[in-house]
Amino acid sequence: MMSQDDPHRRAYLEEARELLSDLEASLLELEKIPDDTDLLHKIFRAMHTIKGSGAMFGFDDIAAFTHDVETIFDRVRNGQLGVNRQLLDLSFHACDHIRALLEPGLDQDAALAAQGRTLLDGFHQFAGEDAAEPVVAAAQTPPSAEELSGCRPLIYRLRLKPHSDMLTTGNNPLHLIEDVSALGDCRLFLHAEALPSLDVLEPEVCVVWWDCVLRTTAGRQEIADIFVFAEDECDLTIDVLDNGCAEDGEQAHKLLGQILVERGDITPEDLKAALSVQKRLGDILTDKGLVRSTQVASALAEQSAVRDLQQKPQSERQEKTSSIRVAADKLDFLVDLVGELVIVQAQIRQAVDERGDLYLRSLAEHLERLSDSLRDSTLSIRMVPIGATFAKFRRLVRDLSAELGKDIELVTSGEETELDKNVIERLGDPLVHLLRNSIDHGIEQPADRRAAGKALAGRIHLTAAHAGGEVVITVADDGGGLDAVRIRAKAEQRGLIAPGADLSPKELYHLIFQPGFSTASAVTSISGRGVGMDVVKRAIDSLRGSVEIDSEPGQGTSIIVRLPLTLAIIDGLQVQVAGEYYVVPLALVEECVEIARQDNGTERHIVNMRGEVVPVMRLRDLFNFDGDAPAIEPIVVAKVDGERIGIAVDRVVGEHQTVIKSLGRLYRDVKEFSGATIRGDGSMALIVDVPSLVRRAAGTDLRGIR
Amino acid sequence: MAEAPTTNDNQYLTFTLERELFALDIASVREVLELVNITRVPRTPEYIRGVINLRGRAVPVVDLKMKFGLGATQRTVNTCIIIVEVSLDGEGTVLGALADSVQEVYEMDTGQIEPPPRMGTPIRAEFIRGMGQSGEQFIIILDISKVFTSMELAGLAQALGDAGPEAGEACVS
Repeated sequence: MMSQDDPHRRAYLEEARELLSDLEASLLELEKIPDDTDLLHKIFRAMHTIKGSGAMFGFDDIAAFTHDVETIFDRVRNGQLGVNRQLLDLSFHACDHIRALLEPGLDQDAALAAQGRTLLDGFHQFAGEDAAEPVVAAAQTPPSAEELSGCRPLIYRLRLKPHSDMLTTGNNPLHLIEDVSALGDCRLFLHAEALPSLDVLEPEVCVVWWDCVLRTTAGRQEIADIFVFAEDECDLTIDVLDNGCAEDGEQAHKLLGQILVERGDITPEDLKAALSVQKRLGDILTDKGLVRSTQVASALAEQSAVRDLQQKPQSERQEKTSSIRVAADKLDFLVDLVGELVIVQAQIRQAVDERGDLYLRSLAEHLERLSDSLRDSTLSIRMVPIGATFAKFRRLVRDLSAELGKDIELVTSGEETELDKNVIERLGDPLVHLLRNSIDHGIEQPADRRAAGKALAGRIHLTAAHAGGEVVITVADDGGGLDAVRIRAKAEQRGLIAPGADLSPKELYHLIFQPGFSTASAVTSISGRGVGMDVVKRAIDSLRGSVEIDSEPGQGTSIIVRLPLTLAIIDGLQVQVAGEYYVVPLALVEECVEIARQDNGTERHIVNMRGEVVPVMRLRDLFNFDGDAPAIEPIVVAKVDGERIGIAVDRVVGEHQTVIKSLGRLYRDVKEFSGATIRGDGSMALIVDVPSLVRRAAGTDLRGIR
Repeated sequence: MAEAPTTNDNQYLTFTLERELFALDIASVREVLELVNITRVPRTPEYIRGVINLRGRAVPVVDLKMKFGLGATQRTVNTCIIIVEVSLDGEGTVLGALADSVQEVYEMDTGQIEPPPRMGTPIRAEFIRGMGQSGEQFIIILDISKVFTSMELAGLAQALGDAGPEAGEACVS
């Protein structure tokens, strides 16, 4: 017995988990398109792999369970059983069951086994009901060797020699060949040697014939079936050239002589004799008049066709191995190293700028290009499409809406949007929260929807898209929307806002992110959205993202989450205040302006920018630094939660590639800075967390939250 | 898990704060640096002087003297940063501690170390692991984890909270 820590077993566990999520995704798809045979094949294959490798690594319970489920799906894909809700429910439960079997649980064996039996009973019941029609499956001929190889494609050689009078019977060999081609990847070689000159050609007489190499998952019988009505009109041979067991070209394509012998075009003796003369085999054979040059050409064509077709599965295999599993910490270490490199590179650039050596400068520029692309490609390694996460939510929506007696459809788009793996991992929980909220509180009961004149089925749009240096993820439902009146009442009751405070709807909605709104009692008494919304907000904040909320009474609610692309490296704007350096994330910066102090020497707290009133906060004041601000103050205008805010500094230094370094445990409660970075001269600059600085500056006055 | 005794046993790095001689178990000391520029982090307690760049990492530096109420560490040719690795709640953290000067690696047998006296030490007894002796001079052996745990963010957050509102109101009207 292999130990739990066996790396192969671990690999299997991981693979199986992945296969299960694929399986679930396919099942969800199948729910939409029940007669999609490709999906059925995919499901079958996934189960087959889970079963096969499960048996190999000693997961006998999984192998046994999956085997029975697989058998049912085999019948489904063969059209003997239909797809229905019962099957889907059973299959989802089967996924859960397999997942449970994968987890090394203690003392659960008996319970799990019982659960497995119940599930299998369900499957058999399902199969039994619909199996009223004569099921030939059991009585089928024992599977031949090629069928046993599963759905692996085989390579066949067909030789089709129509009798000369075939056309007169109404059969058209071209149609037959078309049907053959439809089975898979097909290479044809036409033998037209017997074609007479045009003036004596009889159109009804068939004088040509074909050699054909076919790569297909279809069985021999399936190929033979094509010719069922033409059997007597032609000579047909079907041979298996490659039984599909040849992996990675181990059974290479055959030699020309071999092919000719196999086809019966020459005898082995002829071949031997010919081989004794050192000339190209094809030439020798034709020279000797043993085969016609066209026969050789045909055989050569077959040779290359088989080679081609064999290579195809190889390239498919290569696609599989072209992605490789790497331990996350190795990748993190690589990203760290690249971060170091970027810092050193910035230091070199700074040093070169100071020294002004042209040769060094060109070297530094070269280094910069290299480190830039190294940085980009390293960071891109960690970028994964968000689609897999979305797929998981389908299951959540399906289960939860069924539980609540609601009919809810999850529509997703932007699955291909890529995000840092770490971000995706930490994004899962907040998104689940948001979806739960939409399902639980956003979308009304069917009766209420009917009363409101809406479609009975609710709809949640989950979308992801890139926007500049950010990823925008939206959860939008077409439910009842937020109840501003009740939110206000609750907020006043909790003392979050002054009674009768003048707040825009957006400001009111934003209140649901306040911790005070997250208690259980608030959840049920308000239109609901309080469940852990502060948790969502905090999680997004910790990813340096932001959350916006948009709601239309009666029409639905949208929650818009904006996230930076990566957590490791950002573009920053370096500024200087009282001799210290700070970095403002460039993604937030809209522009920089310079404002002269007012005539009377006082500082402005509000600036008028092209008609818009923008509040200004001074880092010097916020950080309690001594000294005077310059007479003409640079102001960095940033956009936070959709509102513009000015940050007054002493000097704007410039753009700076910023590798974010954690400030460490001692500073974990410091909210003003999201980390530190290393400047070109090796000293440190703090990265300003603008949103929380704004919040801090606004104090507890909620009217300041914009 | 009994570890094989290493040569590090009973070795202490001695250093001075004001005129007192202190010591740290060498096992917790990573390295000793010359005083470099410390980037201060605004609105944090004064005894946490800021962060330094330690080969690409941001490492906080604590002014032990200030923490112990012995006044701020001044910059001299002898001022050093002792980089220590401490365990806070089972989590390893690297920190820097300012010292007026670093003396030597000194060996003391466990038998030579006395328990901390209740009174008469310049710093709180809970930070002291024991008292050693070098000739006529006493050596205060610090329990560095305790020192840092005590300045963990309960205190830090408090300081921030106090500074928060009025600083905030001052700038956005």
